[in-house]
Parts: sequence; structure tokens; C-alpha cells
Amino acid sequence: MENRFKGNIKKENSSNSIIDNLLIGGIRIISFSVIIIFILILGKIFYEGIGVINWNFLTGIPKSDISKGGIGPAIFGTMAVSIIMLILAVPVGIFSAIYISEFAKDTFWLRLIRASVNSLAGVPSIVIGLFGFGFFVLFIGKSIDNILQTGMLFGQPAIIWASATLAVLVLPTIIVTTTEALNSIPLTFRQASLGLGASKWQTIRYIILPQARPGILTGVILALSRSIGETAPIMFLGCAFFLPNLPLAYLDLSFVQIPIINPADQFMHLAYHIFILATQSSNPTLTAPFQYGTTLVLVLITLLLNLTAIIFRFRFRKIIEVVNRNQ
Amino acid sequence: MKEVKIKIKNLSVYFNYIQALNDVSLEIFENKVTCLIGPSGCGKTSLLRSLNRMNDMIYGFRMKGEVLIDDIDIYDKDIDVVNLRRLVGMVFQQSNLFPKSIYDNLIFAPKILGVKDKSELEEIAEKVCTQTSIWDEVKDRLNESALNLSAGQQQRLCIARALTVNPDILLMDEPSSSLDPVSTSKIEDLLFDLKRNYTILIVTHNMQQAARVSDYTAYLYLGQLVEYDKTTKIFTNPANKQTEDFLTGRFG
Repeated sequence: MENRFKGNIKKENSSNSIIDNLLIGGIRIISFSVIIIFILILGKIFYEGIGVINWNFLTGIPKSDISKGGIGPAIFGTMAVSIIMLILAVPVGIFSAIYISEFAKDTFWLRLIRASVNSLAGVPSIVIGLFGFGFFVLFIGKSIDNILQTGMLFGQPAIIWASATLAVLVLPTIIVTTTEALNSIPLTFRQASLGLGASKWQTIRYIILPQARPGILTGVILALSRSIGETAPIMFLGCAFFLPNLPLAYLDLSFVQIPIINPADQFMHLAYHIFILATQSSNPTLTAPFQYGTTLVLVLITLLLNLTAIIFRFRFRKIIEVVNRNQ
Repeated sequence: MKEVKIKIKNLSVYFNYIQALNDVSLEIFENKVTCLIGPSGCGKTSLLRSLNRMNDMIYGFRMKGEVLIDDIDIYDKDIDVVNLRRLVGMVFQQSNLFPKSIYDNLIFAPKILGVKDKSELEEIAEKVCTQTSIWDEVKDRLNESALNLSAGQQQRLCIARALTVNPDILLMDEPSSSLDPVSTSKIEDLLFDLKRNYTILIVTHNMQQAARVSDYTAYLYLGQLVEYDKTTKIFTNPANKQTEDFLTGRFG
């Protein structure tokens, strides 16, 4: 009988392995190039920006001479806007996701909600910004002023409207990640809980949400780190390029004054500050290091947030693994 | 004196256009173990789940007929499903303990029912564990994750957890199908103890188990009730040819 193996299965007689190797090599190079691009961007920013970072730069107020001033108000403003954004977006996002994942039946309305969420995710941020200005400032703000007779208190760009606009921007992210986190909780836990006589809401509150918490937090942090880098939407909404005073109001409790973020004030913002340094400078060579320094601060904040998200994601995966192993 | 606990009258169950149960009528007796047997897809689980309205969760569920527990129609409009499920406990095919500690699993339901007193909660936990004779195995590790227990222990803890709300009826959907013979026999022993206080319905694919543990056996085929009688009668002298074929393994 003829030996069909001899001369047929050796590598040198086959074109399979050559094509495979070429393709795999190509894919490997392409995927490594992502790392290289990442390192190049980060390295450039770090190299150019690290020189100007010092305590004065991080906490100082901006001066007309950029080399003497700092970006303290911009860091503060970024944080203030983000915190209020989260306060507005997180409850809406999480409750929408709970509705989509737990209550809505597969009907016309659910499909409409899903389509809206997905479309919202695709709207360019500049459009969201213009919408925010038109809807929040000109419509809601002015209406509040008219009703409360407060003159121009609400009907002008301010932190609260910038935060609301960013909330609209990140809402799809929060809704989608939360829905996924909720859907990943196995059906058996819902059955167990309902079978024990827990109500639907008790099941969500005590069984599903605690287990989905890391996934939800990941979504929230991703949303936060996305919103922090957005410049376009806040440009119309009270972001100032030079504002030495922090947007604070004082809650007067007679014996002590508690500083709180004044949501009706204007603010500085890191992303916008970078934009200003890059476009409005009279001497670009002199301001470039500060521009990089500001960028570095922004990137580090984003990186820190993403790192937190990764850690949560890791913990979440571990829980799921334990559950799967036991089934 | 045997009392009828559950009366199922002409029950038909549909999932979208698939009929899972067809005109089933059955009387389940109090403090007895009733076994539901039949080939896969014959509607055993659908029948079991109609009794605590677990089918309601499934999309496209419809039913006709009546299910009376203690002469109350549980599909009546003014029935609170949540309260019904507290009286009709359920144990599932696979253990579905929450990824929490053993103790937290046991006190989950009592806490939701509003028991706040710590000593009372501890009392409940110990009581149900003793009832299910798992107390000696878990008493020193109550704060450990319930998922660290062995599969058999997990399933027995599931039974214990189902008892924490003090139900009247216990539904068990193939409770030992994924367990080794030792754990299975432990669960079977348990049934003998439990039927003093509870009415038990059990779905099983294991004919020997059905013969060992149950007082009554119902054989279902293609959504219809073929035969229902005392277990001894069904296993020794079935009235229906189909039942005999199934039990002797000439079918399915």
C-alpha cells in the first residue's frame, strides 16, 4: 500500500505554514504598533511636560504670564464639573439600565429606548454642546429665571449646565455598561431570590445590584474619563480661559462657613485650558511646555481613573469565575 | 387521614405556541411526598413551576384551568405572587446559593420578611440547618462563602434556605440530579424527615429514587397525566401500559 504520509506532511512541501506565518507575523506587528503609538504619545507628553510640573503649577492660580502661574483652578474646575456630572448622570443611567434589563419586555418601547441610547452614543460632542447651550441655558435656565424672577442667575453658561450637558454625553456609556453588568448576573440567582419570596425590587436591590456593582462602577469610571477629555461641549457652557477665582460659594451656618461648588458660576477646565494654550498663545515656544504639562496632568487623571476601572473589572471577573466554576 | 393540599384542575400551560401541559388534573396530599416522573420535555417542571407561579417569569406564558392550594385559587387576580412564593418554597436542579456567606444565604429571606433581631435570625439559621441535618457541617464556617461548600452540601443548604421562610409546600426540581450517590441518599433521608412538616413535590429522572422516597407518583407524557396513584401501586402494578413501559425502561 502506498504511504500517503511520506512526502505529504513535511513542512517544506506545504504552502500552508508559510501563509500562516506571514499572516500571523503581520497581525502581530499591527497589534504591537498600537502599543508603540500609545507609548509614543505618552512618552512625548511626559518628556515635554514633566519639566514644568511642580507644586506651584498644580495648585497656583493662572497669571497673565503663564510661566509664573499655575493650573489649580483648571484642575478644580475639571473636578467640580465631573462631580456634578456624575451626580446627574449616574442615577438616571443606572435606573434606565435597571428598567431596560429587568422590567422592560421586548416591545416597541424597549426597542425605541435601545435605539435612542445607541443613537445618543453616536452624536458628535459638539452637537451635544450646542444642544446643551440651547436646551439647558436658553430654555431651562431662562425659564427658571423668568419663574423665580432671578434676573440672569440661571440663564447663562455655568457649571451646572456644563455638567448637565456632559451627563447627556456620557449617559449612553453608563446605560450600556450597566445593562451589560445586570444581564451578566445568572438567571439562577433571580430564581433563587424570587423563589424565596423576595419581591422583584428586593431581588434587584439585594442580589442583582450588589453583584453587578463592579461592572456598574467600571462603566461610571469609563464615562468619567471620557467626559474629562471633552472640550467641545463645554466651550459654550461657561468654560472660561482665565478665571483666577475658584467657583465657590459659601454655605453660611453662622458659626462656620462651608465652601461648596457654586453651580451657577463659570469655571476653568483642563481640556479647554490646553485648547487655549495651543491656540491663543502669543508666544508658542514659551507656552508649549506648560501646554504639555497641563496635558500630562489631564492624561494622568484619566489614566488613574482607567486604572481604577481595570481593577474593578478584574474583581468583577473573579466573582463571575467563582460562580461559573460552581455551576 | 389524608388531606388534599393542592388541587390541580384541568391545567393547561402554554409557552407562546408550545403547549407544555394539556388538561392535567391532580390532587396532591398533605404531608406526603409526591413524585413527578416522565421523559424529558413531558411537562414535569412546567407543572412544578405552576405551583409557585415561577412560570410567570417566562415570556409568552399562558395557562388555563385552576390551581387550588388549601382551596384558594393561586392564579386569582388578587393573589400576591410574592406572598405565595413564601408559602410554596422551591429547590432548583442546580444549587443556586448566592455568592455570599453561608449565614447570609440563610438569613436573606427572613431579613427581607422584616426579621431584624439578630438572635432571632441566628435561631432561624440554626433551626433550618438542624432540620436539614447540615448544622454540624456548617456551624463552624457560617461566615465562609457558601460557594466553598461541596456540591452536595450546597444543595442541602439550598433546601435549608428554602425552609427559612417556613413554607407549607416544598417543590424540588431534580434536587439530586447532579450529585453523587452519597449526597443523594442524604437528601433522600432528608425527605423522610421533612414530610412530617411539609408537603413535598419532587421531579426526578431517577426511577429508583422515585420508588424510594415518594408516597405518590404521577407519570406524565407529552404534557398529559398518564397515571397517578400510590407509588407502591404504580411501581408494582401500573394500570396503564405506557407507565409500565416507561418504568421498565422499554420506553425513552
